[in-house]
Amino acid sequence: MWQWFHKLGSPKWFFGIAGRLMPWLGWSALVVLTVGVVWGLLFAPADYQQGDSYRIIFIHVPSAYLGQSLYVAMAIAGVVGLVWRMKMADTFIASATAVGAAMTFLALLTGAVWGKPTWGTWWVWDARLTSMLLLLFLYLGVMALRGAMEDPDIRARASAILVIVGVVNIPIIKYSVEWWNTLHQPATIKVTEAPSMPASMWVPLLICLLGFHLLVAWLILWRMRNDILLRERRARWIRNWVLAQ
Amino acid sequence: MQFDSFQALITMGGHGAYVWFSYGAFILVILGLVLATVIQRRQIIAHHRRLMRSEAQRHGSGGKTHNASGA
Repeated sequence: MWQWFHKLGSPKWFFGIAGRLMPWLGWSALVVLTVGVVWGLLFAPADYQQGDSYRIIFIHVPSAYLGQSLYVAMAIAGVVGLVWRMKMADTFIASATAVGAAMTFLALLTGAVWGKPTWGTWWVWDARLTSMLLLLFLYLGVMALRGAMEDPDIRARASAILVIVGVVNIPIIKYSVEWWNTLHQPATIKVTEAPSMPASMWVPLLICLLGFHLLVAWLILWRMRNDILLRERRARWIRNWVLAQ
Repeated sequence: MQFDSFQALITMGGHGAYVWFSYGAFILVILGLVLATVIQRRQIIAHHRRLMRSEAQRHGSGGKTHNASGA
């Protein structure tokens, strides 16, 4: 376990293994997402109340899920970076921020577009929507903070602290539909209970969720490799790699 | 297949615009991220090349690095 942890902290090892994983992740993301999206758009049955507008769920739920879970992963990386001074933890935060922000933005956008035909409004200031908007601002805040700081050590520490403080928003998003009256429906798929929708709907949703995970993993590994390239610019192996390109 | 015709697939009982917009936004956002990452990578590699070239010149061994700006 510790050996593995030690290896994970080595930029050279990570750069190599990420490069080998990326084609597998990228192509499987494309295949899985194509299956999930085609299934969800063409073959899943229409909802008896919402008709076809519910097909937005196959984009909305995975992007909302990943917007939140990436933030939690960044907070864990933030703790690792602060406690063990692991540089790769900051590489992860630097690389995941834009991807998490994009997922959160997509969740808000598709939510608004789904809200119009379903609730009759693009936006309401209720707990779920507002806390999700706050998550987007947290991501943008981390990006702005990183952009404003020159010193890499101070930048790493400041952004880790901001990410960790902001993580209180995550349980608020998750339980907002139970704690407050909101237009937003409760979770459709829970780990502990049977899904509240038929298999013909939740199977393509799970496929899309898997495809989103693969896609996000591919993008983040790619961005982490870029970050390592920049950060380790003095290392000989990086120079040899650049010359070989 | 849930739709009888191509027309039905596009309109989706009046909800087509909302659904297709969402899927289009998804594709655009992902393409944007991929493009940003490609540009980031290119800029970093170009930066490295510049750095190595200027160092080579400073050490007086420049010359062959002059044409190292290919793709």
